[in-house]
Amino acid sequence: MPETLLKVEHLKKVYESATGNVEAIGDISFEMSAGELVCIVGPSGCGKTTLLKCIAGLLRPTQGTVELDGKRVTGPPPNMALVFQEYGRSLYPWLTVRGNVELPLRHKRLGKAERDGLIDDALAAVGLDHAANSYPWQLSGGMQQRVAIARAVAYQPEVLIMDEPFAAVDAQTRADLEDLVRRLHLERGMSILFVTHDIDESVYLGERVVVLSKSPTWVQEDLVIDLAPERDQISTRALPRFTELRTHVYEQIQRAKRGEAVRPGS
Amino acid sequence: MTLYTSTVRVAPQRSQAWKRTRESILYALGLPFVLLVLWGVWATVAPARFFPAPQVILEAFIDTWVGPAFVTDVLPSLGRLALGILLSIAVGTVVGTLIGLNRWLRELLEPLLEFFRAIPPPVLIPIVMLLMGITDAMKVAVIVFGALWPVLLNTIEGVRSTDSVMTETARSFALTRGERLRYLVLPSATPRIMAGVRQTMSVALILMVISEMFASSSGLGYRIVYFQRNYQIAEMWSGILLLGLIGVLLATIFSIVEKRLLRWYHGIKEVERA
Repeated sequence: MPETLLKVEHLKKVYESATGNVEAIGDISFEMSAGELVCIVGPSGCGKTTLLKCIAGLLRPTQGTVELDGKRVTGPPPNMALVFQEYGRSLYPWLTVRGNVELPLRHKRLGKAERDGLIDDALAAVGLDHAANSYPWQLSGGMQQRVAIARAVAYQPEVLIMDEPFAAVDAQTRADLEDLVRRLHLERGMSILFVTHDIDESVYLGERVVVLSKSPTWVQEDLVIDLAPERDQISTRALPRFTELRTHVYEQIQRAKRGEAVRPGS
Repeated sequence: MTLYTSTVRVAPQRSQAWKRTRESILYALGLPFVLLVLWGVWATVAPARFFPAPQVILEAFIDTWVGPAFVTDVLPSLGRLALGILLSIAVGTVVGTLIGLNRWLRELLEPLLEFFRAIPPPVLIPIVMLLMGITDAMKVAVIVFGALWPVLLNTIEGVRSTDSVMTETARSFALTRGERLRYLVLPSATPRIMAGVRQTMSVALILMVISEMFASSSGLGYRIVYFQRNYQIAEMWSGILLLGLIGVLLATIFSIVEKRLLRWYHGIKEVERA
């Protein structure tokens, strides 16, 4: 059994406001091992982004803890990288593609050659080596998201967190990007926590799918996806097992939406 | 991967580009030329004491400003103007960045800044004169005090409105303070800052002239008032012409610098329009 990389324990987040408190996350606990690709799905408005921000140290949870590599997360940890849904607002338009990928590496103590090597390697991994000197806004949406992924890859994080990264791109681009994520995971052994609202995407990508309930959120199911590691958009999605799994997750989400699932211990 | 598609922009044919430039120059100069001709005709048909013919003003322009007056009057004015503008931009961006980044500082100072901005700067000339005497420093101080506000307030606003996702990106990648300032806050505020600089420059030009009209024995503003009091009408007009030309020169320098600094910004606008 590989070591635990990420541990979320009894996480709770309440937003306080003048009009009353909103409990976004009720009680979430799950673990993730090094080298795993875990997908988190849930009905819309279930606090997925809140959960991610707590894990990434961008938000302080009301209760509970997040541990990365045995260390408690209180601020953004240095060994974690994020890919946001809004690629257009996450890349800096005044920097070139290369400049964007280089930016987080500037304060890492690396030699020039080593840094350049990391950037070239990351850009090649996402298939953008020829666009290094373009500006992000000169690229299509899918290409821009590739730049954001390259930036995260070059950063060499222990865990990569992706927040609905492909929600804003068209279906064909999306399939390509999904395969890119699978490839990064298989070829580089990257640990990836992937949040999505797309059920098919979660089953296609993940080795585990964590299904969240509606808000105030808890983990409704932690499902192992027993599909072969080598996956293919056509044949994998045509497998009977794939259909079974997606149907199962779909039903879970429907139950979550209706609030039928009963929280254990309550 | 062959997914990347790029639009290759082919440079327009040389003859075409030349034609377009010629056309735009013609358009730019056409109306002024027509107006000048009309003015010239009018001045010959019905000569008026206070509106001399354009050729008279042109002659006065050359006689007045090409020669020693350029050194005694034009250069000192331009020097004070340049110093005033540079100081305004430097103080405005530095102080504006500090205020923009500190919430409590902002809340503390903003009402005060709005008040200072609302004071018409020329009314400060008598006070500054008392404090600093009739010196170059006094004129520069007047220029800075009036011209500072647009760039200062725009910098505060620009620094404050840094995009939240961009800020979260910087936080999640643990960028240092210096990196955040250099690669995020300042570039993203630059469009706002440049809008402020544009206003600052025109206010500075106005204040340069006014401060010289009030209290000076040299400079463009002083000269124009001097000519007016001595009924040297053509010379007076030539001074106004020179001021107009300085204004155009400033605007040209500004647009060259702005195009360079904000290439990305105009690039995005172009993509959005397409």
